[in-house]
Amino acid sequence: MINLQPYTNPLYFAYLFVAFLPIMIALSHGVRLHRYETVVGLGFIILMFTGTKWHEGVALLVYLVIEWLVVTGYRRYRRAHNHTWVFVVAVLAAIAPLVIVKLTPLFSKSPSLLGFLGISYLTFKAVQMVMELRDGTIKSFTTWQFLRFLIFFPIISSGPIDRFRRFTKDAESVPSRAAYGDMVAKGVHNIFLGFLYKFILGYFFGTVMLPQVGRIALHHHGAFLGLSWALVVYMYVYSMYLFFDFAGYSLFAVGTSYLLGIQTPVNFNKPFASPNIKEFWNRWHMSLSFWFRDFVFMRVTFFMMKHKLVKNRIHLSQIAYLINFLVMGFWHGVTWYYIVYGLFHAGAIILNDSWLRFKKKHRQQLPHNRWTQALAVVITFNVVCFSFLIFSGFLNQLWFGPFR
Amino acid sequence: MEIKQTVLAILQELTGEDLSTHLDDDLFETALLDSMDTVQLLLELQDQLGITVPVSEFDRNAWNTPAKIISQAEALNA
Repeated sequence: MINLQPYTNPLYFAYLFVAFLPIMIALSHGVRLHRYETVVGLGFIILMFTGTKWHEGVALLVYLVIEWLVVTGYRRYRRAHNHTWVFVVAVLAAIAPLVIVKLTPLFSKSPSLLGFLGISYLTFKAVQMVMELRDGTIKSFTTWQFLRFLIFFPIISSGPIDRFRRFTKDAESVPSRAAYGDMVAKGVHNIFLGFLYKFILGYFFGTVMLPQVGRIALHHHGAFLGLSWALVVYMYVYSMYLFFDFAGYSLFAVGTSYLLGIQTPVNFNKPFASPNIKEFWNRWHMSLSFWFRDFVFMRVTFFMMKHKLVKNRIHLSQIAYLINFLVMGFWHGVTWYYIVYGLFHAGAIILNDSWLRFKKKHRQQLPHNRWTQALAVVITFNVVCFSFLIFSGFLNQLWFGPFR
Repeated sequence: MEIKQTVLAILQELTGEDLSTHLDDDLFETALLDSMDTVQLLLELQDQLGITVPVSEFDRNAWNTPAKIISQAEALNA
């Protein structure tokens, strides 16, 4: 039985292109083939879950029913009422399947039956809808719009995370001929850049170099904290791999969306050129960090400010950062290194914020030129690479084994 | 007119700068405003002008200059 995991090899793009041809011809003539698009989308999703992966497909169906019940149930409730506790229950219900899947490895050797590729990303979308229903910025939607948003196939497995109102507007309109021409050009450019990133650079760093450097670094597991030069090299090689692999995937997902006339938000904007950590989070995995900014950070600060829970504004922002990045850490998975990664970034951004305040106060005394600018980029880059070493889980292996 | 003055006063409080001659500056690009300031701005609009802006309504691209913030506030007040 044929099984197609998204964007894993060049042949996948040949299938995409053949399937997309009628859609693209129609779009350039100002027509959207809604039915055909649905058939193509469902086809590619079904091919993700064929063969040994059939149980994940069943899990996806169960998941969609649960989320549909939660989100439409809350919509129905929200028409006439607006109690905070109902909102909280709806959010908890929407994240419950993901929480179960994330917690299962702590208690059992086999993964949860509820799990499937993409569950984290679908959960972001569902929770976002509950929050916007609460705010009144989403008032009504059809079951069809809900499903189309949740399982839009180019971004189903790993994002970027889109927003319901933005996505639906694109999906229900046809771009002008000139605008669509631009989108196709951008889409093709993204896909080819993605080839370079994921299949050449990501492959080189991740598949050619990383295992070798890792082996050498593991030889030093007896040293103090396992420190060695090989570990330093591992940190940089892993960081390059992580960036090119994920940025490459994201370029594929964005490029593919563009061919369908959907302007899925971009995920990366030269993150390693960031002069500080705050800026880094505006450039790295952007759709995730903006989601956390809008639906965790801002809501936490809004709540705390409104109810005057914390008087001091600086302390308030520090608490909000801590909550924000801790939740992000847990979202990656319930292991010590994901949680430490979250705490590390919370610490880094809190430090960064106090430095920015100091800088603002002493603007006259502090030098600012291209050398200080370059130094800032170098420092940020190294702090970020160190955080990725934590994130990689390699330290877990280096410190706690097993050793071969 | 009153809304414009109030918004500019709130922004001056938040950024420490008089923006009445910089109505089209991008406040996020110039790092004058961050998410924290934004939340404070929304709460001040509520307290001082009685305009309720839910967090979901806040789209950075539609709120990134003093002029846009003023026109958003005027639209929501109407």
